[in-house]
Amino acid sequence: MSERPISTLDWRGAGAAPERDLILRNATVLDPRAGIEGPHDIVIRDGRVAELAAPGAADAPGAEVVEAEGLHAVPAFFDPHVHLRTPGREDEEDIETGTRAGAAGGFCGLLAMANTEPPVDTPAAIESLRERAGADGSLPTGFLATVTRGMRGEELTDMAELADAGAAGFSDDGLPIRSARVMRRALQYQSLAGRRIALHEEDPELSGGGVMHEGTVSALLGLEGVPSISESTMIARDAALAAYEGARIHVQHLSARESVDLVAAAKHAGIEITCEATPHHLTLTDEEVRSLDARFKMNPPLRSEEDRQALIEGVRTGVIDCIATDHAPHSPEEKEVPFEQAAMGVTGLETAFAAIHTELVVPGVLDLATVVGRLSAGAAAFGFELPRLAPGAEANVALLDLAAEWEPGVDGWESRSANSCFAGRKLRGRPLMTVAAGHVAFRQRSFAMGVAS
Amino acid sequence: MRNLLAIEDLDRAEIERIMERADSFAEVGRRDIKKVPALRGRTIVSLFYESSTRTSASFELAAKRLSADLVSIKAAGSSVDKGESLKDTIATLSAYEPEAIVIRSPHAGAAKLVAGWTEAGVVNAGDGKHEHPSQALLDVYTLRGRIGDLDGKRIWIVGDILHSRVARSCALAFRLMGAEVTLCGPPTLIPRGAAPALGCEVTDDIGDLAEADVVYALRMQRERMSESFVPSIREYAARFQIDGRRLGPRQLLMHPGPVNRGVELAPDVIDGPNSLITEQVRSGLVVRMAILYELLAGGDRLRTARAQGGDELPAPTPIGEPA
Repeated sequence: MSERPISTLDWRGAGAAPERDLILRNATVLDPRAGIEGPHDIVIRDGRVAELAAPGAADAPGAEVVEAEGLHAVPAFFDPHVHLRTPGREDEEDIETGTRAGAAGGFCGLLAMANTEPPVDTPAAIESLRERAGADGSLPTGFLATVTRGMRGEELTDMAELADAGAAGFSDDGLPIRSARVMRRALQYQSLAGRRIALHEEDPELSGGGVMHEGTVSALLGLEGVPSISESTMIARDAALAAYEGARIHVQHLSARESVDLVAAAKHAGIEITCEATPHHLTLTDEEVRSLDARFKMNPPLRSEEDRQALIEGVRTGVIDCIATDHAPHSPEEKEVPFEQAAMGVTGLETAFAAIHTELVVPGVLDLATVVGRLSAGAAAFGFELPRLAPGAEANVALLDLAAEWEPGVDGWESRSANSCFAGRKLRGRPLMTVAAGHVAFRQRSFAMGVAS
Repeated sequence: MRNLLAIEDLDRAEIERIMERADSFAEVGRRDIKKVPALRGRTIVSLFYESSTRTSASFELAAKRLSADLVSIKAAGSSVDKGESLKDTIATLSAYEPEAIVIRSPHAGAAKLVAGWTEAGVVNAGDGKHEHPSQALLDVYTLRGRIGDLDGKRIWIVGDILHSRVARSCALAFRLMGAEVTLCGPPTLIPRGAAPALGCEVTDDIGDLAEADVVYALRMQRERMSESFVPSIREYAARFQIDGRRLGPRQLLMHPGPVNRGVELAPDVIDGPNSLITEQVRSGLVVRMAILYELLAGGDRLRTARAQGGDELPAPTPIGEPA
């Protein structure tokens, strides 16, 4: 299957190329995949990277010139796992606020999950969402459809028809597919429907009523734990099914060491499997839950330091293909309750880069190139072109100020929800500008700009 | 002390202070007139989202013995029944400007949340399976009354550790007071990670029980059988019941109540000479008086009020004066 440009996804900027050229002057360009590293002027014309000129050399009549000295220009990020809460919970997020949050986080494309109210399981629902994204989306946005009708895990949706209607992939995310038989049928049918199947891997029997990682912290707090093997045993099952059927699966939000080991073994065996990890699982552990603050409640839960280290190692080696936020907005009413009663999920789009940069790049745990690469690699896992900065590529660029120190949430959020586990922390590094398919999708308010004469 | 939320937040000195305060209230309890005016004019709200006999009764009696004004709310029949959130309930109750809120909730962390929403001092009277600090304090008090310092004493907590907030609070409190604690029960009922989390030994072999100075048995709920934590109550009793054969003559027996006779404890030991169970209930009253007094009239609270420059709380009336 050939890869589709990100700009084929629906959004407000689709179709029309911006009238003016854009020059990012004297930016420190870093594109690990294209092997570009160093100061350049990036000239963006007709939605594409037209030229990488020597610093200060680019000129184009009427172009907007952004002075980017001291800033890093990197391929913009692509998040294959967000919850835009539309339809049904627009009080928590909608396409407009969610894509604005994504743009503010340096993302040039998002894939929204289908566990809305009601779930997205009909071609009409996909068409309606695409129309909304075309009207309200600040970023190219794709929509997944569910694998099973109503996410009940019993009957398959009309997967081929949903793919024809423009579903960007399939997932029952939020719930695992309990039945191995249903899972197997979905994988068989994939060869007809095309598109990736993204899996929330969890054995509900083992998870039980668990609300956090099962370990010393849960023992101390008296909270029911979700054991690591709840995730890894399902990954083992589905990797075996994918191997048997020759299917292609994407495992969402890896949280446990055992899971990283299993995915590594599956890849080694030649199974077509990709996977993702979230910024919160890469930077936080279950120690945060000692506070009993429901902002640290999500599924899968924050796990032990050993698990976190395994995830970091997976990102470094590439066993973990991409970083995805699992941006999951929730209303205050769903979070300002005792931990056990609180909804699971945290927002992530606006803090993804800053959190990883602060916790992993600044201390020298991961290098910037690896992080930048993994933050955009989610596109490939779902059959989209990887964002690149080479001349001729679709212009998907994030302009980052690595020295910026800021406290997320202090100036409010672009997202409609505030359930961030990084709120109030001092973070370093921030996207100042995001270009999606040649359009300026986001510009930090304080960031100055000028127009060439 | 501003709130009593968890034993985990306390140090040994704070526990000692509550013990000494409880001693002074025990003296009051031996008088003809058992009521003192120490908290006259202060309002205490008792908010119970779970059924409770001895905890709610002893907190309420403690408040009354201290001459506080008490509002007692049970979840059934209140606005909680009508779907009001905990936050809204606390906002409503706070409008009455209580000095303390005593809360029992089926959810871990509820008391801590409440403490963030109200100016009142908050006492955790049990939050889910997390902690039950006043129980642990009364157990320490009971033991001190019988054997003095707990330093170096060996205490076994036996039974359903997994579902027990009492086990967690007691393990932490006993250790803080210098005791060595062993958790004993079926492996399905001991949380993974309990040994490092609580700093205890963990075993599923009751054979070494003889080494214990104190045996603290936990309530074994019959529902655990249907959840396949134990194959049957009969098998549990055969393996872990404390009876006259397992309990030696110099070993003390404790239990937080209510007891399932014939399950975790055999009838002969419940009423035997080694049993501190009735003494625990008696201690509950004086220790809870001491907790309320420390929160409402203790040094920290006065200092906080003064530092904030607000209406200064009147100095507590000396304990000795009759109400």
